[in-house]
Amino acid sequence: MILAYLIFILLAGALLALITGKRNDLWPRIISVTALGIDLILLIIFSFQATSSDNKWIIDLNCLWIAEFVISLHLALDGLSLVMLLLTFSLGIVSVVISWREINSKVGFFHFNLLLILAGITGVFLSLDLFLFYFFWEMMLVPMYFLIGIWGHENKTAASNKFFLYTQASGLLMLIAILALYFVHGNSTGTFTFDYNELIGTKMPAAKELLIMSGFLAAFLVKLPVVPLHNWLPDAHTEAPTAGSLILAALLLKTGAYGLLRFIVPIFPSASLTFAPFGMALGVLGILYGAKLAFAQTDLKRLVAYTSVSHMGFVILGVFAFNEIAYQGVVMQMIAHGISTGALFILVGQLYERIHTRDMNQMGGLWSKVPVMGAIGLIFSMASLGLPGLGNFIAELLTLLGVFKASILMSSLACLGLIAATIYSLRIVQKVFLGKSTRNWEIADLNLREKIVSAFLVLAIVVLGLYPRPVLNIAGPALLKTLDSFSQKLSDEQNRGNDQTKGNIISFYKASQLHNKN
Amino acid sequence: MTFFIALIPAIPLLGFLILALAGPGLSRRIAGYIGTGSVGISALLTLIAGAGFLNSLSQTRSYSVVLWEWVNSGNLKADIAFSLDSLSLVFCFVITFVGFLIHAYSVEFMSEDEGFSRFFAYMNLFVGSMLILVLADNILLLYLGWEGVGLCSYLLIGFWYKEPENGYAARKAFIITRIGDTAMIIGIFMLFVNFNTFRISDLMLQANEKWSAGSPVAVLTAALLLCGALGKSAQLPLQTWLPDAMAGPSPVSALIHAATMVTAGVYLIARNHVLFSLAPIVMSAIAVIGALTLLLAGFSALGQHDLKRILAYSTISQIGYMFLALGVGAWSAAIFHFMIHAFFKALLFLAGGAVILVLKEEHDIFKMGGLKKELPLIFLTFLAGSASLSALPLITAGFYSKDPILWFSFSSSTGSTWLWIAGITGAFLTTLYSFRLVFIAFYGETKIKPSFQPGKMMTVPLVILAVLSIAGGFIELPESLGNIHLFSSLVENTLPAVAVKETGGSEILFQLLSSVIVLSGIYIAYIIYLKKPAISESFKHSRISLFFEKGFGFDRLYDILFVKPAVWLSEIDKDDIFDWLNIGVSRLTLLGNRLLGITQNGKLRWYLMSITIGIAVILTYLVLK
Repeated sequence: MILAYLIFILLAGALLALITGKRNDLWPRIISVTALGIDLILLIIFSFQATSSDNKWIIDLNCLWIAEFVISLHLALDGLSLVMLLLTFSLGIVSVVISWREINSKVGFFHFNLLLILAGITGVFLSLDLFLFYFFWEMMLVPMYFLIGIWGHENKTAASNKFFLYTQASGLLMLIAILALYFVHGNSTGTFTFDYNELIGTKMPAAKELLIMSGFLAAFLVKLPVVPLHNWLPDAHTEAPTAGSLILAALLLKTGAYGLLRFIVPIFPSASLTFAPFGMALGVLGILYGAKLAFAQTDLKRLVAYTSVSHMGFVILGVFAFNEIAYQGVVMQMIAHGISTGALFILVGQLYERIHTRDMNQMGGLWSKVPVMGAIGLIFSMASLGLPGLGNFIAELLTLLGVFKASILMSSLACLGLIAATIYSLRIVQKVFLGKSTRNWEIADLNLREKIVSAFLVLAIVVLGLYPRPVLNIAGPALLKTLDSFSQKLSDEQNRGNDQTKGNIISFYKASQLHNKN
Repeated sequence: MTFFIALIPAIPLLGFLILALAGPGLSRRIAGYIGTGSVGISALLTLIAGAGFLNSLSQTRSYSVVLWEWVNSGNLKADIAFSLDSLSLVFCFVITFVGFLIHAYSVEFMSEDEGFSRFFAYMNLFVGSMLILVLADNILLLYLGWEGVGLCSYLLIGFWYKEPENGYAARKAFIITRIGDTAMIIGIFMLFVNFNTFRISDLMLQANEKWSAGSPVAVLTAALLLCGALGKSAQLPLQTWLPDAMAGPSPVSALIHAATMVTAGVYLIARNHVLFSLAPIVMSAIAVIGALTLLLAGFSALGQHDLKRILAYSTISQIGYMFLALGVGAWSAAIFHFMIHAFFKALLFLAGGAVILVLKEEHDIFKMGGLKKELPLIFLTFLAGSASLSALPLITAGFYSKDPILWFSFSSSTGSTWLWIAGITGAFLTTLYSFRLVFIAFYGETKIKPSFQPGKMMTVPLVILAVLSIAGGFIELPESLGNIHLFSSLVENTLPAVAVKETGGSEILFQLLSSVIVLSGIYIAYIIYLKKPAISESFKHSRISLFFEKGFGFDRLYDILFVKPAVWLSEIDKDDIFDWLNIGVSRLTLLGNRLLGITQNGKLRWYLMSITIGIAVILTYLVLK
């Protein structure tokens, strides 16, 4: 039941925040931090159990919800979801804290939406029933729409509409795919169910598998986002309030990546193998094109948004390499990118609060005014360019190395992204903090609240860079499980001999699997 | 023993942490003590570790210490682990000792600067990163130090951040070296995919077993690593960042050019010498690149007016010598020249920095003059440095370090007459530009009076370095002169000895020849720059001189080839061409809206007719079906 509590606590917190928010601005903030804090503590307790259990679900909750259609409340936690939830709750707390001064209108409703999004994300990371998964997937969407549309910047309406349309349309494709999978599985086995563990073994013809997979892919790739489906992201990130940008970049995008690992690879192994070269190419395209656009921006927030597009390219690249090292890299990238890009968005927010512009041409020479802010900006720009010693390096290293085993060409092309990242990251530092000051801003450096948040993020990114073992250890078994079911299913299919031409590729991947385990 | 090894890089890093976290709150005195002291302690630790190492050399040739497991994923394992052998010992010694002298000098040099503690924080991080680089037990940790060095060079070159040009120079350094680094990381991937380990010693062992000499995979991997080395060591074609890198304070230049950064490439190649030996083509490429670079930089140095730019080009040129030596397999000669170069180049930058400081930021040597009388001590030390740089025969360390390189470039089994000719021409150029600088800046009439005399904190390190630049060579004397091999016998515990051709010429003849060339270089410099300056004036503004000054136009070339297209590409597509998908969809929807809007016009006749036509169409269809 404890997994359901994680979500209920957030939902209850959301309602309480809404009610108390009518009278007082402080209570919603305190309630939000408390709800997230309780969740975080619960989770940390689990993570100690995590290391003891191997390869199985750490906690598994399964009870029937809508009996007519065999929809159940099936929540389960493994290493992968555990890591993602740790990120969710800690950055959730950060997002409340950074909104302390920024959000002053409709405070109750703001935190209601915030907690609702986080509850949706939590549900996404825990659901093992596809219908339930879809339910949570949509639950993230509406409150985020409000968050951007109500508390956003100048072009908030257009941005929130764009965000809504993109995610809604792609989400509907996923719904169709879920239903299709439901019927395909039901027709072939006689048991109609939305349960993940059942559906994972669905056998279907190659064409059908590809078609159904593309429905899921649509939702995940839009969320990730993958070029050319990324256009909602720069607008949404730029116009959202700081907490919104933080949650979008650090958490919401990760649900797409999570979906790829949890659903696409194990349920549709041969289709994803077919798609792999395209997936990798899209990843490389995203890395390079995102970096190129980031370099061209003059709006600081938009620049950071495009770096997200670039960094998420590594995720899709790694997912379609199908080996353990790449998958560890993907998980590290999710965490490290969440922290580093989140921190950059926070920095942009702090700057905006002080000088009321995001235009980099108005900035410059701020180091002498706000050295602490400058140092933080420097550290996270370095993280963004993948400097060794910081978490993003481990992520990129593992991803690129894993991909290198699968495709030397793709990995080498993606490496060019490291150079591009250097160019745009240094541009941030130069344009904002160094050089001559264009206008004589008289602004205050970080206050204690902001310093604590930044220090926490810096510490996290450094620890991830120098001692990433905890994350790798917790997520490891879950990733191996994914890969095992992937290769298991592939070899089953091969034994049935329904696709001989693929045999060679499959055995190549199997070989690299075995290779990994040695 | 192993405990000390881990402390060597840890102490400067600790210094960095203290200065970074508490920096602004510390007084300058304390910040200076921490900054200088941490490197000093590290130097002492190197001495202790070195003594221990030498004592037990007969039993153990390398020590390693594992601090913690860094990355562990699948079969990928890398530790935070250090290892000390004779090669890293030499590097540690140079980094910490020369680094310490530079730090001590900086306490006075930077005393008026508002970013005093920030400066020492970066400097400590620089030294710490470089020590990680040379002590790293695995190539991934080496890469960490490698990138750390890149970061620090960026921070320090752009230290005076208010000037946009400094920022430009800093970014240039970071980006260009990063281009090499990216090739290098792909090379590291190649090594890992083939051998499943990052430990350098294991990698070399396995490479030797599994790869045959000249096999494509060995050549490719060595070439990729070489790209990294070319970037960091500012060799052709990635040399363009170094002349601009003098935008930072002079001690930074001393640190970058002498003790850290640019020598990283030399270290990388020496460290992976087994791999490089398996790729003879790459070795030849190293030698040729070194030869070309030393010539190109030598000519460029002749065209410069800025004191620090002359020194910068001379660094590129001297590193070219080291590459030449590496390329012909004269490993220990390269490392020896690295050490001696560190002494005299640090000296030259620090003495040059002192000149620039007391002349209130005057960089142009043609506006200086007669400084011999005004700044006698600085003059003497600078002269010692220049003599050593020019490899003045017998009395300078530079002679004993450069001479073996020239000799081996000919006599090594992979050497050739062409390489030797390049080397000897370079030696002539070196003398010419060094003494051009000395004669123009220090002789003649006084043009600017120094505003003050530098104090002890600055002059003492200069004197120490001057002594080392002169006397440091006596630990390694050629067979023809004394035959002392303290240095090479130490280094050859790690690196193989050079393979010499059977039919070599006589070494003493070559030494005589190079001595004559050096002395004539000084004499010519004396004639054209001091005695009859009209000669040099006549070609000062010539096209060729301008071409040299611009460093053979590489900046312009890269600007046209890479920078302009990249900027153009980003500007034409600033608004993201894929956004047209959305705009297209919304326009299409609006169009459909308008088209359908036409039908709803409120005219009854129109509606009636549409219905009639519709019925007619349907009926016709049904009848014809």
